[in-house]
Amino acid sequence: MPETSRRGLLFGTAAVSAGAFLTACTSNEPKEKAVAQSNQPAADDKPGTPVTIGFAGPQADHGWLNAINVQAKSRAEKYSEVTLEITEGSNDTAAQIGQVKTLINKKVDVLVILPADGKALTQVGLEAMKAGIPVVNLDRIFASPQAYRCWVGGDNYGMGLNAGHYIGEQLKDKANAKVVELAGIDNLELTKQRSQGFADALKNYSNIKLVARQAADFTVESGQAKMAQLLQAQKQFDALWNHDDDQGVGALRAIQQAGRDEFIMVGGAGAKSAMDAIKADDSVLKATVLYPPTMAASAIDLARALGQSKGIAGLSEMEIPTSLTLYSAVVTKENIDQYLPTGFS
Amino acid sequence: MTQPAPSAQHHGPEKGTVTGPAAAPPSKPGGGMRALGLRVDVRNLSLLGVLAVLIAVGGFTEPDAFLDTGNLQLILTQSSVIGVVTVGVTFVIISGGIDLSVGAMVALASVWATTLATQDFGFAGILFTAVIVGLAAGLVNGVLIAYGRMVPFIATLAMLASARGLALQITDGKTQIVTVQSVLDLGLPDSYVLGIPPLVLVFAAVTVAGWLILNRTTFGRRTVAVGGNAEAARLAGIDVRRQRLYLYLLSGLCCGIAAFMLVILSGSGQNTNGNLYELDAIAAAIIGGTLLSGGRGTIVGSVLGVLVFTTITNIFALNNLQSDVQQIAKGAIIVAAVLVQRRTLRGSET
Repeated sequence: MPETSRRGLLFGTAAVSAGAFLTACTSNEPKEKAVAQSNQPAADDKPGTPVTIGFAGPQADHGWLNAINVQAKSRAEKYSEVTLEITEGSNDTAAQIGQVKTLINKKVDVLVILPADGKALTQVGLEAMKAGIPVVNLDRIFASPQAYRCWVGGDNYGMGLNAGHYIGEQLKDKANAKVVELAGIDNLELTKQRSQGFADALKNYSNIKLVARQAADFTVESGQAKMAQLLQAQKQFDALWNHDDDQGVGALRAIQQAGRDEFIMVGGAGAKSAMDAIKADDSVLKATVLYPPTMAASAIDLARALGQSKGIAGLSEMEIPTSLTLYSAVVTKENIDQYLPTGFS
Repeated sequence: MTQPAPSAQHHGPEKGTVTGPAAAPPSKPGGGMRALGLRVDVRNLSLLGVLAVLIAVGGFTEPDAFLDTGNLQLILTQSSVIGVVTVGVTFVIISGGIDLSVGAMVALASVWATTLATQDFGFAGILFTAVIVGLAAGLVNGVLIAYGRMVPFIATLAMLASARGLALQITDGKTQIVTVQSVLDLGLPDSYVLGIPPLVLVFAAVTVAGWLILNRTTFGRRTVAVGGNAEAARLAGIDVRRQRLYLYLLSGLCCGIAAFMLVILSGSGQNTNGNLYELDAIAAAIIGGTLLSGGRGTIVGSVLGVLVFTTITNIFALNNLQSDVQQIAKGAIIVAAVLVQRRTLRGSET
């Protein structure tokens, strides 16, 4: 039962952001301006009652997770009344459960949890909620909505959708355009969602065909290897979507090694190296679709607001929403300067 | 065997068991070496057969993309890094050991060699660091196994964990991008010598060196002897412990070289580098005819094993098959290759 409603929620939000995107597609600039304001505090800056926030995340073994930690810490420092109790990241479910329990015992006011495995941490989320500690579930969702007060995270389907629409708009006047997809780890649900969104967006453009798709595993090495194969298989194509900027470093290397430049490339996630390349505009990489690590800062904002029983400024709701799906903006040379500070390495 | 046994109950089974071993010993001193050589050749021959079938399949399904020099360069380049690692691992396995830490050593060496501090020293700094880190990790493995008397499986498993951990600590999970142009250039087409990528040349050189060491030096013969029967080797005057130390050092050296090659290939260092190399290298050595229990194996077989795996991956990718299908088929092909090999081997023996 919770399973279906969660899925409904996800698809609902995906559909809403799809709609939002399509409307935004007709206009040109204002959308980015609205997103850029997310750098400002969600709640007001005035110090309120003191709040202790417990933060438990997985081991920062790649750039994006590292950026999550940095974002959370620097956001908490902005508020003089917020104390952040941050645990050492762990990918071990048992260890992470232990860390969350410790935070519960310390009686922190609010918990922010980015689980190494969402489903496995559900019980401890429930435990915190029962103990009267509101939980902000970051990105990897718990199995039950009862285990969190508020979920905030990225939109994998929307990432694919926005990448597909960007490529679609670039190639819409080109007859028989060929598109290639370099996916991430295939046995992750998020990869399936990204690919689904990408395929759904491309369906709007009858002249575009997805001619090849290979899955790498988010590493530079695999990105190089799989991209080299794709380039060998497809002697000519018009656009490439790569799910992840880390593996994109390898993909760009393979493209350079093959001496190819007849297509445009769109990245994913929003790494600093990708943003630098987009800004320099000296490679095939022309855009990247964000999976913003700023969500950790937003989670701190939400946790603070929960601790102080405030709503979100700019919304007329008395309470914090139960779910917040972030928008995967397309970063191009035109808007790069706004997003460059959020790029992670 | 079991079916005719009851009818010949009086002397049948005894005769069978007596003539078996009785016939074997006389052939051992005289034709033994030749038989061993033949056996090894047959193994490689069957792998060549597998490779030929794969090439036929690739050429048939994707004639345009598969059969051109670009693809040959690609297959060889993608074999080169794991190939160098496999040569080192083959030595260790022949000696009756195992090295599970190769992937982690490649990761550690590549990451160490690409820190900003190392990159300040340019080409030589990166090459030197990669090789020395590989050697140092191999030395630790070797000392623990040879003199600490640890089981290779455990010692190298511990190295796997700690080297990966150290690599993560160095990078902080970040991707280290190489900016030293002379290193980057070695991965680009302009550096190809007569159409051969430098990485492939290194791979070829390591293969030839490995073959020479295994087949033409005392070190090689000692390795086989230690793997065949360590106690007998010791009684024959071989310093088994020192030999083991050298072998893990050799594996570490190969990992260091491979790490440098990977840095050239990917233009970066990442703590996730060399992911599951240990399994790929062991699998390649095994289908190449190296005995997991030690005492037998060839460099040529291992290299062919690597080529078979890379070619399979290549054909799958060119046909746009997805990873689920790739994994299923890869497993099936490993089993098939080993079964075919065993059959031809048995055929050559009887």
